[in-house]
Amino acid sequence: MKTISQFLAFVKKEFYHIFRDTRTMLIIIGIPVIQILIIGFAISTEVKNVKIAVYDPSNDISTQKIINRLSSSDHFLFVQHLKSTEEVEGVFKKGKIGMAIIFGSNFNEHLLHTGEASVQLIADATDPNQGLVATVYASSIIADYQQELMQALEIPIQIIPEIRMLYNPEMRSAYNFVPGLMGMIFMLICAMMTSVAIVREKETGTMEVLLTSPVKPIYIIISKMVPYFIISWFIFIIILLMSVFVLKVPVSGSLLWLNVFTLIFIVVALSLGLFISTMVNTQVAAILFSGMGLIMPVMIFSGFIFPIESMPKILQYFSCIIPARWFISGARKLMIEDVEVRYVLKEMFILTGMAIGILVVSLKNFKTRLE
Amino acid sequence: MLKYLIEKEFKQMLRNPFIPRLILLFPLMVILVFPWAANQEITNINVDVVDNDHSAYSNRLTGKIAASKYFNLVAVSSANEEALGNIESETADVVFEIRPDFEKDLVGRGVSEVMISVNAVNIMKGNLGSNYMTAIIRDFADEIRNELQISTGTEWFRQAGNTALPVIQVIPQGKFNTFLDYKVFMIPALLVILLTLICGFLPALNIVNEKEIGTIEQINVTPVGKFSFILAKLIPYWAVGLVVFTVFISLAALIYGLIPQGNLFTLYFSASIYILVVSGLGLVISNHSSTLQQAMFVLFFFLIILIMISGLFTPIASMPQWAQNFSRCNPLRYFIEIMRMVYLKGSDIANLEAQLMTLSVFALILNGWAILSYRKSS
Amino acid sequence: MSIVIETQELTKKFGAFTAVDHISFSVEKGEIFGFLGANGAGKTTAMRMLCGLSKPTSGKGFVAGYNIEKESEMVKKNIGYMSQKFSLYEDLKVWENIRLYAGIYGVDGKLIPRKTDETLSKIGLSGEKNSMVKELPLGWKQKLAFSVAILHEPRIVFLDEPTGGVDPITRRQFWEMIYEATERGITVFVTTHYMDEAEYCSRVSIMVDGRIDALDTPHNLRTQFSAQNMDEVFRRLARKAKRMDT
Repeated sequence: MKTISQFLAFVKKEFYHIFRDTRTMLIIIGIPVIQILIIGFAISTEVKNVKIAVYDPSNDISTQKIINRLSSSDHFLFVQHLKSTEEVEGVFKKGKIGMAIIFGSNFNEHLLHTGEASVQLIADATDPNQGLVATVYASSIIADYQQELMQALEIPIQIIPEIRMLYNPEMRSAYNFVPGLMGMIFMLICAMMTSVAIVREKETGTMEVLLTSPVKPIYIIISKMVPYFIISWFIFIIILLMSVFVLKVPVSGSLLWLNVFTLIFIVVALSLGLFISTMVNTQVAAILFSGMGLIMPVMIFSGFIFPIESMPKILQYFSCIIPARWFISGARKLMIEDVEVRYVLKEMFILTGMAIGILVVSLKNFKTRLE
Repeated sequence: MLKYLIEKEFKQMLRNPFIPRLILLFPLMVILVFPWAANQEITNINVDVVDNDHSAYSNRLTGKIAASKYFNLVAVSSANEEALGNIESETADVVFEIRPDFEKDLVGRGVSEVMISVNAVNIMKGNLGSNYMTAIIRDFADEIRNELQISTGTEWFRQAGNTALPVIQVIPQGKFNTFLDYKVFMIPALLVILLTLICGFLPALNIVNEKEIGTIEQINVTPVGKFSFILAKLIPYWAVGLVVFTVFISLAALIYGLIPQGNLFTLYFSASIYILVVSGLGLVISNHSSTLQQAMFVLFFFLIILIMISGLFTPIASMPQWAQNFSRCNPLRYFIEIMRMVYLKGSDIANLEAQLMTLSVFALILNGWAILSYRKSS
Repeated sequence: MSIVIETQELTKKFGAFTAVDHISFSVEKGEIFGFLGANGAGKTTAMRMLCGLSKPTSGKGFVAGYNIEKESEMVKKNIGYMSQKFSLYEDLKVWENIRLYAGIYGVDGKLIPRKTDETLSKIGLSGEKNSMVKELPLGWKQKLAFSVAILHEPRIVFLDEPTGGVDPITRRQFWEMIYEATERGITVFVTTHYMDEAEYCSRVSIMVDGRIDALDTPHNLRTQFSAQNMDEVFRRLARKAKRMDT
């Protein structure tokens, strides 16, 4: 009983510490909230507004219709007519266009009579993905035109696909990115907060004083994490509310489980910060580790931007040690796809395991350092 | 005076137990591992086919999907519910449902409907999945038509002059990265992030660290000028940045055979300006912060936003207008453009005039600000 | 005798809190001026203003003939400063710290090595030339900091609690260094907690709650307060303080 009241006294002290510094407090809460809001609104992997230039020697009804269809879609933006095919190289080099469309001559004529009409799509494949996707979109717009032509001619053997976009019928990027951003930013902020807070006390020597008190070191360390745990949860709630009301990302799954799941993840991230703090002795080193060092691996291996399944097998295994990877995959399911909890049990177990593992290792580490 | 200050910064940096290793190992790790992972290419979209027809045609269509290089047939389910369950557990991305009487309708009515359901949480994957699937279905229809053509013949061919179906032949071609290798696209971008992190974080922590330790007092009470002080802080990071840059591009050439299309001078010239921009930003933040913690959070705040809205991972053209305008004030955007244009398109300084000018303006403003915001007294 | 430090109604406020409250005094060349006061009395703030590290809220101050507010960079050319918190670079070697500050104050590069050896032999640290500063014991660090502060032969040196936490023998040596500096014509402005040290000063001022409550030679102060020693003088004055000890 005594330990509990001592422990609570320590937690209280940590709270006073953090809340007294309003500036830092505002920074800590403001950062993730604003980042998620701005980035959530801004980024999209969708291929949109690809600038196109057209070389159209035929200038007939079919080419007109195709150009109209391309430029009226969200994906393309017509910018200029080319006078000759020689111009293609130049406009690409200046970075003016993303795709050039070269029609053959007598397009309509060929299309209707010989069936030999051809169109060339030249995409800027500096970004191979963009290039490929733009080509796929353009091809499919052209194919649609051809399909309609055939339907109008009552050509037999037509298969008409009906397409349903599940979970994200409006095709909004935020659905994909908000859970991803949350995973990345939470992991980094939590790790930075705890590692720096603890190392700072080591550096200034106040840690020594605390450790000479009769309370077990373990409780002291945990008491340092409790306020950050609560702050992180608070931030999560704000972000959740904003996702729903501002970014219009629906939270279709169970709120209770989403919270439980996130809290487990927060514990993992905080323990990671604790772990880093046991490895280094200066704040600068702690920041370089938890801030600078973690940004790139988390960005790239969490599945936030780059799909895990596109990675080579060995890196897929590597990505398993990034906690954010599991959070992101679980949060996507819980938030967007409204699946039952049993589908995220795997993620939940892994994160719990990580939390316990990192916590145990770092507490041990901490103890050996003291002795 | 400047000489002694710079000397001191270098000594401290090299003696730091952490920084020299970081400067060499961080680029090494990034270039060895990250290009393989930083891949947005969508390959192997997992499909679950629900065949309610079990006809010769439906079997053939399923086979065609399984054989496609874009798709990975993970299951053939007997009921739609089962297939949707597979989407929920993320074993499947696309469910393709063939209705009963698919073959009968196709031959009899000449038209048949199928249903494609895609998980659209990842919209790129959703879009590609549905587009690829539609293309396969069209191909399949063409095949069947061609087979049946010979025996039936249609009204179309009886019209004068029509010898073939109206088919548009689409010839796709990728420019500048003909092998469509994502690594070639991402390596210059990874270098940009790396430089930004190292040359942003190190100076941001520097001045504020001197404030926390108290050594800055001793400097402030000397007649050292603001300009010399900031310059002495800037030059070492500039050197570090160029070392990191050199290590990285050499490794990129050695390991991936990635040689810039443009010339090295253009690369180094642009990098020299860019490093000044980020280091300047770091110093400004350092000057305005009173603790390391603050400097870290503020820098983190800016870097994440600048990186995400730079066109590095997602195209700028796909952003809403306000974000596109915002990205114009983002130095990362210009440097990424430069790097990709030099590496892949072989652009030279003349082509890059606009970007280089903008970066120079950033460098001047930020470093001027760093000098002005350094206070020798409170 | 000429006046090297002069203040008129010098004041520093932090928000509603007045750290230094209209102080006026002057220090003559060659003096050892003791600046006493309880913790939080405003000594360090006053000293930082005189060094040009902090801008006065109101009032005027002149150091070495220069206005501390408008000509702070000129002030800095003529003073040396040793702060309360050790502020040499711990991750540099002893000679590297000396070289840095010699360089900053414009000592000719060729003369620096000789100057370094001279300085170190004077404080008996020649053997530690190549040691990292962080490895030195506190007393040695303080001696080093002092010699760095007077390396460029400033007209005035400001010492903020230079002997805090140092053993009695080193303290003794430290005061010998201070006397030696005054013999070379350097004026010494020093804050201290140790009342025995106050006895070594030419004149002593005692600050209470941001104001100077007493200023005279130690001898006169003892007479004025009819006290046995400076300790008693200090306690009588400090008892009036209303500010919390911080």
